[in-house]
Amino acid sequence: MPNTVLILVLLGLMAVAYQLARKRSLGVVGGGAGVRKLHSLPSYYGFYAAIWCGLPALIVFGLWNAFQSTIITDLMVADLPAEVRSLGQAELGLVVNDIRNLAEGNITSGEVSPEMRAAADHYLSLEQTSAAALAVVVLSLAVLGTGLAWRLVSPKFRARNQVEFVVKGLLIISSTIAIFTTIGIVLSVLFEAIRFFEMIPFTEFVFGLDWSPQMAIREDQVGSSGAFGAIPLFAGTLLISFIAMVVAVQIGLMSAIFLSEYAGKKMRAFAKPVLEVLAGIPTVVYGFFAALTVAPFIRDNGSLIGLDVSSESALAAGLVMGIMIIPFISSLSDDVINAVPQAMRDASYGVGATQSETIRQVIIPAALPGIVGGVLLAVSRAIGETMIVVMAAGLSANMTANPLQSVTTVTVQIVTLLVGDQEFDSPKTLAAFALGLMLFVVTLALNVIALHVVRKYREQYE
Amino acid sequence: MDTATAVDEMGGDMSQTVATEGAFDHEKASQAFVGKVGEIAVDNPRMTARKVNVYYGEKHAIQDVNLDIGKNEVISMIGPSGCGKSTFLRCLNRMNDTIDICRVAGEIKLDGQDVYDKKLDVVPLRAQVGMVFQKPNPFPKSIYDNIAYGPKIHGLVSNKADLDEVVESSLRRAGLWSEVKDYLDQPGTGLSGGQQQRLCIARTIAVSPEVILMDEPCSALDPIATAKIEELIDELRENYTIAIVTHSMQQAARVSQRTAYFHLGKLIEVGNTDDIFTNPSHKLTEDYITGRFG
Repeated sequence: MPNTVLILVLLGLMAVAYQLARKRSLGVVGGGAGVRKLHSLPSYYGFYAAIWCGLPALIVFGLWNAFQSTIITDLMVADLPAEVRSLGQAELGLVVNDIRNLAEGNITSGEVSPEMRAAADHYLSLEQTSAAALAVVVLSLAVLGTGLAWRLVSPKFRARNQVEFVVKGLLIISSTIAIFTTIGIVLSVLFEAIRFFEMIPFTEFVFGLDWSPQMAIREDQVGSSGAFGAIPLFAGTLLISFIAMVVAVQIGLMSAIFLSEYAGKKMRAFAKPVLEVLAGIPTVVYGFFAALTVAPFIRDNGSLIGLDVSSESALAAGLVMGIMIIPFISSLSDDVINAVPQAMRDASYGVGATQSETIRQVIIPAALPGIVGGVLLAVSRAIGETMIVVMAAGLSANMTANPLQSVTTVTVQIVTLLVGDQEFDSPKTLAAFALGLMLFVVTLALNVIALHVVRKYREQYE
Repeated sequence: MDTATAVDEMGGDMSQTVATEGAFDHEKASQAFVGKVGEIAVDNPRMTARKVNVYYGEKHAIQDVNLDIGKNEVISMIGPSGCGKSTFLRCLNRMNDTIDICRVAGEIKLDGQDVYDKKLDVVPLRAQVGMVFQKPNPFPKSIYDNIAYGPKIHGLVSNKADLDEVVESSLRRAGLWSEVKDYLDQPGTGLSGGQQQRLCIARTIAVSPEVILMDEPCSALDPIATAKIEELIDELRENYTIAIVTHSMQQAARVSQRTAYFHLGKLIEVGNTDDIFTNPSHKLTEDYITGRFG
């Protein structure tokens, strides 16, 4: 029985178990009138039975599938001729792969020997046995579980508490998945980064002023020194993010204040969704816009007033990125400004404050934590943004504070390092992971600092 | 049908109000006493309201209210919920401006100056006519900054020493100084409910208003805090004119010299507090103060 069918059958059984237990709970108290004699509502008895039917079976199903292939392979290898088994780890792996491919009807490397054919048949039969055994085990577990739950149904049985216990467990598992994923990502980046730091000293990476990740393939190759100083990249990232934040925080906050305090109902109903459309434009499209419209515009106008502007500039990328970020700030700030109680406004107007005084001295301070939250989100977005920068800011790792020159960012370099064929024993490839790790650390530090700042300066109402 | 005609006779266009609240028994009673509102005028008025009508969109919330508020008097406004007493109070310093659908017609004067004059700036008006709200609403700032807010924005003080003095004297007059003088840098929101309300009163008097409007200032407070506020109102009468909306008739009797009774958006009766509570001339007033409804 294929796994999908098995799961569908299991779901069907769970539905049946639910109905059976629910009916039975009503039955033991003599119909709908006796519901109050039950400890829990009838549906809880149903859910209890469904859980007993489904949960153990699903756990066994998951474990079985997780270990099935290793066990079957081991069994098959044990039956292989002695001379094959005595091969080295890597070669044995190749043979096993071939046999599996043969069993599944894929193309194999080299010709097929009778031994291999036999092994493949053996593998297939093991697989079939396993599938059949799994179906039997799972279905009998489901039936057994249902039977157990069915027997437990009685007026005194606390089905609701049991069901809620299981639901609580599910909630805990869901919340830890996010945490474990984060840990997993950090670890996967960390191990590759450690390999990188084994080849390039940590200090050279963190304090180096030169970025040129070209590794020599032959000893006598020219111009492939391989310099891995990350400072120019972080400088570029900060420059572009700074430009973007200058644009976005001002425009975003101002438009939020306008929308929430000055705009009429109709204006607000129209303008807010339109602003939020900005957030829906794909970043690639922003990239076109930056590279084809904004960057040439800046260059042409710059040359008119005698400035030397490169055709890919930090300014172009930063401006367009800032516009992309506006809705993050305006929308979130608008929400938190609206959440400031009317009583605060009344109090301020009541002592004769003007609207602008009220906004500056009462509303903004009260809304500050939320506004900073929005700005933080925007900063993380700006630092992590890639597409616009790839297209509009260039690839050359210039160490400059001049927004009219082309710079490159951490994310852009990660992309260029990992695009195409890579060799995972070269520092050139591994540098990407080190950059990723540094980026992660920087954003994390920014978040911690900002949280601290907010806690210190917040004005809490209520 | 009955009630609608009755209303027409009174010259008020309140069909909307009647349609929503017409179930009230006392409609008929009100027409019998039209014109016997009592002495609306006083000898030395600080604020005068004439033919004030307020509309919330379609709803006619206040109809033809005429009322004077005298110097150095406490006038209380009583009446069942939704009778328009708070709405009237909020008209006096144009707090209703913040409500989009609210429209005010008629004439309200502060010391002879029309407060709804198009040329009048509402900001100095609200400094002259301060307001204390139902729920204590201190700013989420320190106690000091709460009081200093008004004087600062109006530029009433030129240096820190003056500001300190204004803060201290306002807190003293609000009877809060001895309780908070060592905690001026603590947030005002950390005080108890009664202290918060006295802080709000101190904040209001810090800008030296002429009139203080109080919208049920004690409704969120316990009896002891209420007693303190009432004591304070009595002291403040020496320097300020106070209009207070209250649900508690005992409170109205305790703190005010004159009392105005509102019912369904109309001013039914106004007079000396003693007279209103001992010898009301209007059936509705009598029913309300004897607790038959409201």
